[in-house]
Amino acid sequence: MADLSVDFCGIKSPNPFWLASAPPTNTARQVLRAFEAGWGGAVWKTIGEPIINVSSRYGAIDLNGVKMMGLNNIELISDRPLASNLRDIAEVKRHFPDRALIVSLMVESRREAWHDIVRRTEDTGADGLELNFGCPHGMSERGMGSAVGQVPEYTCQIVEWVKEVARTPVIVKLTPNVSDICYPARAARRGGADGLSLINTINSLMGVDLDLMSPRPVVHGASAHGGYCGPAVKPIALHMVAQVCGDPEVSLPVSGIGGISNWRDAAEFIALGASTVQVCTAVMHYGFRIVEDMIDGLSQFLDDKGLRSVAELRGRALPAVKRWEELDLNYRVIARVDRSKCIGCGLCYVACEDGAHQAIAARRDERGRTEVTILEDKCVGCNLCSLVCPIEGCITMQRVDDFGDEVLDWRRYSASPASYPHVRSNRHD
Amino acid sequence: MSDLPSPLRLPPLEAEKKPPLSLDEALAEAHRCLSCFDAPCTNACPTHIDVPRFIKRIATGNIAGAARTILSANVLGASCARVCPTEVLCEGACVLGDHHRPIAIGLLQRFATDYAMARGIPPLRAGPRRPGSVGIIGAGPAGLACAAELVQAGYEAVVYEAAEWPGGLNTYGVAQYKMTPRVSLQEVEWLARCGLDIRCGVRVGVDVSLAELEARHDAIFVGVGMGAVPPLGLPGEDLPNVVDALDFIADLKLGRPPLIDRPLRGARIAVIGGGNTSIDVTTQAARAGAATVWLLYRRDQDTMPAYAHELHLSIEHGTRLLCHTVPVRIVGQDRVTGLEIEQVRPEGEGRTAPLVPVPGSRRLLEVEAVVRATGQGGVDLLRQLPGVAHRGGVVQVDEWGRTTNPRYWAGGDCISGGKEVVNAVAEGKRAAQGIIRDILARKTS
Repeated sequence: MADLSVDFCGIKSPNPFWLASAPPTNTARQVLRAFEAGWGGAVWKTIGEPIINVSSRYGAIDLNGVKMMGLNNIELISDRPLASNLRDIAEVKRHFPDRALIVSLMVESRREAWHDIVRRTEDTGADGLELNFGCPHGMSERGMGSAVGQVPEYTCQIVEWVKEVARTPVIVKLTPNVSDICYPARAARRGGADGLSLINTINSLMGVDLDLMSPRPVVHGASAHGGYCGPAVKPIALHMVAQVCGDPEVSLPVSGIGGISNWRDAAEFIALGASTVQVCTAVMHYGFRIVEDMIDGLSQFLDDKGLRSVAELRGRALPAVKRWEELDLNYRVIARVDRSKCIGCGLCYVACEDGAHQAIAARRDERGRTEVTILEDKCVGCNLCSLVCPIEGCITMQRVDDFGDEVLDWRRYSASPASYPHVRSNRHD
Repeated sequence: MSDLPSPLRLPPLEAEKKPPLSLDEALAEAHRCLSCFDAPCTNACPTHIDVPRFIKRIATGNIAGAARTILSANVLGASCARVCPTEVLCEGACVLGDHHRPIAIGLLQRFATDYAMARGIPPLRAGPRRPGSVGIIGAGPAGLACAAELVQAGYEAVVYEAAEWPGGLNTYGVAQYKMTPRVSLQEVEWLARCGLDIRCGVRVGVDVSLAELEARHDAIFVGVGMGAVPPLGLPGEDLPNVVDALDFIADLKLGRPPLIDRPLRGARIAVIGGGNTSIDVTTQAARAGAATVWLLYRRDQDTMPAYAHELHLSIEHGTRLLCHTVPVRIVGQDRVTGLEIEQVRPEGEGRTAPLVPVPGSRRLLEVEAVVRATGQGGVDLLRQLPGVAHRGGVVQVDEWGRTTNPRYWAGGDCISGGKEVVNAVAEGKRAAQGIIRDILARKTS
């Protein structure tokens, strides 16, 4: 059995699965239930000066019958009195001393305000602090949240204030609503942060109610932009985690966040360098119980791969994250169709014909179904057919070049294109 | 325009066996559709309904648009959704059928068309009026489809129906558990509101002569279906409670007692046949409370022309299948009390191999009714049609549905000998296109 325990800048956790700072971590009742279910840690819903919320608050995007592919919210930080939150945090920590309990903080950008909230929070016995520099709505208009996270100088300044008094590790939660997330990440590092968590939610309008002619979620016939999360944002989050983890100027432990719903998602974040992962939308959809499958699945995966710990998985895929110009132009794949598996839907044909490179021929077979043939001289190996194919393993991409390990990257090629005529054959006339 | 009898006059009867889909069920099912290119389901439909397109419209909440897609190809989409043997047509062709579960195309089609019918969304739009008129004999699926196609193109279509109700077999002949007559009549009324002129209780050749029709119309479409089952030539065949399959079904559908002097409930019945109509009778009789239902077929089960899924349903209803069995004599004094049967064996292979009796195999089935489902003969009217060739009750037509008399066209069971509703719709539509192309277009140009 692989070791799932993690040490995140000194914060110990029996597994890498943490609840993100969000509605599921609003009360002791919830976090106690989560820890009973097996969550390794939780980041308490952001505390600060209590706010008031609107009704309604969440909007979702469904895809072909799958609910909540993406979720957004216009909810603010905790609306509970600070004292209630602090009392709850202390209670939870008392019941579950082995779990990571981190408290998300957001107060106005004054040194004294930050000093005060840090001291009061640490008095609860919490294991660490997460500075919410990411909330993109409501709080940002008041000079907090992403208003801080979008300006590296502010980020650095507030982290410095916090570090003046903090005795526990300080994690900075980054907003994705920037042009390059490495800048605020580096600023957090300069300010003395012990770790980073990313991504916070993405600016979004969730959709338009076409009867009311109002964006969703509807608040008396109107809405505002909100924070977008859920499975749909995972690719964006993966990219940003890889950027930050691969940036030598950052070099801090990262807690990955963004659309993580199962062990596979978690493993991908860890493979790109995350030490822990944080989950919100999947819990809001299915409840705390999902962690059981995450623990079991990750453990099985590590065993299958012969990895003894989560740490051994961490960053394994990071060296393969490259710039385009470093990619191998010698490498060539083409699609192969397994006729024994093909059900004759013709989706690969129409996708290739209309949407890609006209490299599939189709004819109607004796059963009235579409029989496809890959035109190997036209196939550029784009993957599209295999992506639309509904049958597992029916279309596979197979390597057809003879170059083995000999890599031809863009820089070498562009210095002397005429020397590499085979590269030209991989494109249209 | 049409003055149709109200479906509200029908007695309350057994509802349709398959319940309709709820909105959530329909959406979930619609989302499963792969949207095949060159979709086999569409190719398998005799009317070529664009199945992936209508399903996509359901999936995006455009239910009216889905109904329009269906009805533009098949104006009787609502009844076909219920009575089509989808297992061997669209759903049988579905690419998901091999490894998954085919899309429930029939139920989705019913969902969309019922939605449109319930809201009175017009199933078709009458085209700008053009000179030209077609007389249509028979308001069954073929005649209605022909009329609808003509009206959409702007021509006048007058449908003459001998029966009290319109709809043909949809109203009288489709087993109750598949489709109630109420649905059929509502569908006809829905079409009639769009400009079809349907005249019920008008017998061509009696109430109106063929000469009058020829004088009134530029072309005549014959969609008269098939007639009574020819006698089997059995002793005792004229006894009361020896009935034709379609009369039996029609009686049940219209709330009339199908048997004389006794209720169907608790009765023992022998059905002679092997085609889909015989199967419908067995299933329907069992559902209506018959105590024992025998089905006699003279060859083996694999040779039976009925669809396997229909036979399966019948056997689930308790039908006792007697293969290699023929009737010999119907027994009874003033009404049926029994049927003497005999085993036969084929000499050779195939559906045409001669059958010889097995000596000593005769026995008596105690039954109170015998239903003949051995195939219908032709309609008497055919003999009055001038110059229209027909054989065994089946009218000869070319690829457009034109008969040997160039002013007469035909479609439906009277050219096929008995096929599905959807085939009749396709044939009615095709004949209308032929008429427009050939006669009316020439006249208007």
